[in-house]
Amino acid sequence: MLMDFFILLKQELVIVAIIFLLLFINLGKDRSNESLLPLINVVLLLNVLLGFFGSKEGSLFGEMFHTGKLIILEKNILNLATWIISLLSFSWLRTHKHVIEFYILLLTALLGMFFMISSGNLLVLYLGLEMSTIPIAAAANFDLAKRKSSEAAMKMIISSAFSSALVLLGISWIYGVSGSLDFSVILLQGPDSPFRIFAFILLVSGFAFKMSAVPFHLWTADVYEGAPVSVTAYLSVVSKASVVFVILAFLYNAGKAFADTWYHILIVLSILSIIIGNLFALRQNNFKRFLAFSSIAQVGFIFIGIAGSSQVSSAAVVYFVLVYVFSNLAAFGVVALVSAVSGKENISDYKAFYTTNPLLSWVLTIAMFSLAGVPPTAGFFGKFFLLMAGAAKGNYWLIGIAALNMVVSFYYYLRVVKTIFMEENSQPIEKLAIPGASRLALYICLAGMLIAGLASCVYDYIYSISFGL
Amino acid sequence: MNLSLLILFPLVTAIILLFCNGLKQVRMVALAGAGLQLILAIFLLVAFLQDRSMGNQLTMLFEYDFVWFKNLPIHYHIGVDGISIAMILLTSCIVFAGILISWTMEKLSKEFFFLLVLLSMGAYGFFISLDLFTLFFFLEIAVIPKFLLIGVWGSGKKEYSAMKLALMLMAGSALVFVGLLGVYYQTGSFDMMKIAQMNIPLDTQYFFFPFVFLGFGIFAALFPFHTWVPDGHASAPTAASMFLAGISMKLGGYGCLRVATFLMPAAAHYYSPIIIVLATIAIIYGAFATMMQTDLKYINAYSSVSHCGFVILGIGMLTQTSIKGAVLQMVSHGLMTALFFAAIGMIYTRTHTRMVAQLGGLLKVMPFISTVFVIAGLCSLGLPGFSGFVAEMTVFMGSWQNPGGLYRLATILSCASIVVTAVYILRATGKTIMGPLDGAYSKLGDALWNEKLAAGLLITGIVLIGVAPFLINQLIGPGTAAMMEQIGKTINLK
Repeated sequence: MLMDFFILLKQELVIVAIIFLLLFINLGKDRSNESLLPLINVVLLLNVLLGFFGSKEGSLFGEMFHTGKLIILEKNILNLATWIISLLSFSWLRTHKHVIEFYILLLTALLGMFFMISSGNLLVLYLGLEMSTIPIAAAANFDLAKRKSSEAAMKMIISSAFSSALVLLGISWIYGVSGSLDFSVILLQGPDSPFRIFAFILLVSGFAFKMSAVPFHLWTADVYEGAPVSVTAYLSVVSKASVVFVILAFLYNAGKAFADTWYHILIVLSILSIIIGNLFALRQNNFKRFLAFSSIAQVGFIFIGIAGSSQVSSAAVVYFVLVYVFSNLAAFGVVALVSAVSGKENISDYKAFYTTNPLLSWVLTIAMFSLAGVPPTAGFFGKFFLLMAGAAKGNYWLIGIAALNMVVSFYYYLRVVKTIFMEENSQPIEKLAIPGASRLALYICLAGMLIAGLASCVYDYIYSISFGL
Repeated sequence: MNLSLLILFPLVTAIILLFCNGLKQVRMVALAGAGLQLILAIFLLVAFLQDRSMGNQLTMLFEYDFVWFKNLPIHYHIGVDGISIAMILLTSCIVFAGILISWTMEKLSKEFFFLLVLLSMGAYGFFISLDLFTLFFFLEIAVIPKFLLIGVWGSGKKEYSAMKLALMLMAGSALVFVGLLGVYYQTGSFDMMKIAQMNIPLDTQYFFFPFVFLGFGIFAALFPFHTWVPDGHASAPTAASMFLAGISMKLGGYGCLRVATFLMPAAAHYYSPIIIVLATIAIIYGAFATMMQTDLKYINAYSSVSHCGFVILGIGMLTQTSIKGAVLQMVSHGLMTALFFAAIGMIYTRTHTRMVAQLGGLLKVMPFISTVFVIAGLCSLGLPGFSGFVAEMTVFMGSWQNPGGLYRLATILSCASIVVTAVYILRATGKTIMGPLDGAYSKLGDALWNEKLAAGLLITGIVLIGVAPFLINQLIGPGTAAMMEQIGKTINLK
């Protein structure tokens, strides 16, 4: 029994252990960041590796917490993304005063996400959701000298409080009508009263808020722009991915009886997100805002996949998130490096970037191609499978809209490529020295973008452990 | 014969290119890769003809089927028939010639050749694919290098042209994508040979055929989606223009034939009047638009719209002769336009202008280049003895076999456009080659060895098809016959 406890909660316990380690590490003497950062990165690497060993399926605390192969894989993806972000933040954190605190916040949020993904009960789900949001809001304030950073934190905490309120209201209503918070009980009862449907819609809206789907996206761009690049990357990749996993698990398990309801909600959300995300991304000049809107559009594509409601679609969604982690982190990685050294964050600053930084230019270009869905990058496979899963329901008009919007998104991704390669600039960004850690992270992302698609075993593995409605 | 080598060679070449430094190394590697590829293509041709002469009657030869994604019916399934081999030969000739023409590309030479090789890899993969997913995969691989080639190394309003081309072609592939998904969900397979056996239900065909045909049509400059062609060709560097006209537009024609018509023949019948009207408009409009052009590259680009109209016309007419003509026209137009662009490129690097009005009397200082230019021009206007004549003649004959007022009218109108072609070609060549020589050009030199070799290769192809059309007929005959069998089957169904 005790062994079970340790094995099932393995990934969470490791995170807790790391948090405690970080708390104690500074007790003895003041260490310099230079010695601290490599240590933390190694510990996080160990955390990633440990996730792959000794896993087991099962549940704890009376079905409140459960784990399985897919859940473990999802947590591993989040672990990996966190590690990559940590590597990419190297040059920014080197001179930062509060490295330990930064990592504690990130890891606490990660812990919250783990509980959220594993939850079998609305209460645990809510706890995880809160635990994963508030630390990030604090971390958004970590550019201590910048006013915009505090503004971002403030905006984020208020808007996420609002979404939490929606979720809580939905939960309390569900409890009111069904008398239980367990997924296993909720899923038995269908959408027999408008009250129950409304409660369900409230819950889904809360999730949509966290995923910054249109029309709940208004906080995204400002927060992304104001927060430090590493935190933005964390928000847009790790945090978003975790909510995708949760919504997938929640809808396919507890929301089975509501399949018709959420199918229509998802279609509306996806069309809105794709179109509005794309339209706003067209004219952005700030790189982080640009990525914010492009990620809104990507969320729309994810919704199409989820709406397919088969095993193919859940596999496609998880696979797409994996690809999205690599592609988006590669883009954020380059932006983080440039921003840490030169403070430049506008797309127009990247004019003639290729003349001074060929390697970073190629990484950014391939990331843009992967986000746009151009072969042979993994993004192509991700998008193809998502739309293929969505088309299974026969709604070709939806796929048509999505495909046309891919062309629109193509314009803005290519605009970045055009800026890098084709435009003239008398003062391009100077040649950057890339720290070893960041170089490693970029290579990992590059390998991920190029291999995760062509090597079919990645998708096949994800398929073998996913489940349909 | 392992067809995967066709993809592997460019891939290896591209990877080696990444580790090269300096123009000399880079161009040697690229040329070696292209040369090997050309030899491989010829070897493939020989092997194919041998197999056929030994009585191998299978539709597709050298097939190889590998399950790529276990849980989705996505296979890496490749195979060739005569039509694909003709396309592969065309591609390998143009790649070889294109690399020779770019021999002195100083600006970012490594990246330039890398992208050329990548583009050719996409084209080879596209032509050998028998699986719709693989086909689509390679189709898109062939798009992106063009964007960079035009945008970085181009001239004029290059960024605009590059973006226009990329977006229009991407829109084309988005349409193809929707059509492919539709076909997939009706048949449960991406395998073209299997789908061809299945007879897709009529309403599905009617609904999805326009997506696939229009999508590929954008690649093949189908009117009114031809607008990327003039800008794209005119802004591209010489080699990229050759690749665009010689390879990329053929991707579209091949896709219209192999995917749209072959898989959904009933719909091809249903829509054939519309296709033919559009093709005829493209032929006539292209010809007249060319007359108004003053820039040599624009002349060739608009005439490409007109010539590719013949490809679409041949496919739309749906007789065996016309389809054969369409394939011939693809090969012929590929070689001829590539030659034309090569000649224009050679002239431009020497005189630094492409305006017809500013040129004149070039025959006196650069006899070789001028001859090449004239040959390309004559082939373009369909002089007997060159490939253009054979191809266009076949298309017309095939079209005439199709009775019905509209078809007859379309055939007559398209035939008449040849007169217009003669006008613009003779005017452009006459003004450029003949007449008084501008004093500023009197010191210019003639073609170098690399340019001679490139032009020679392309001219060989043109003359070979023109003088001995039975050779290529033998190659593509069985392929088109199989295509017709498929089309005939559904006519009986109706």
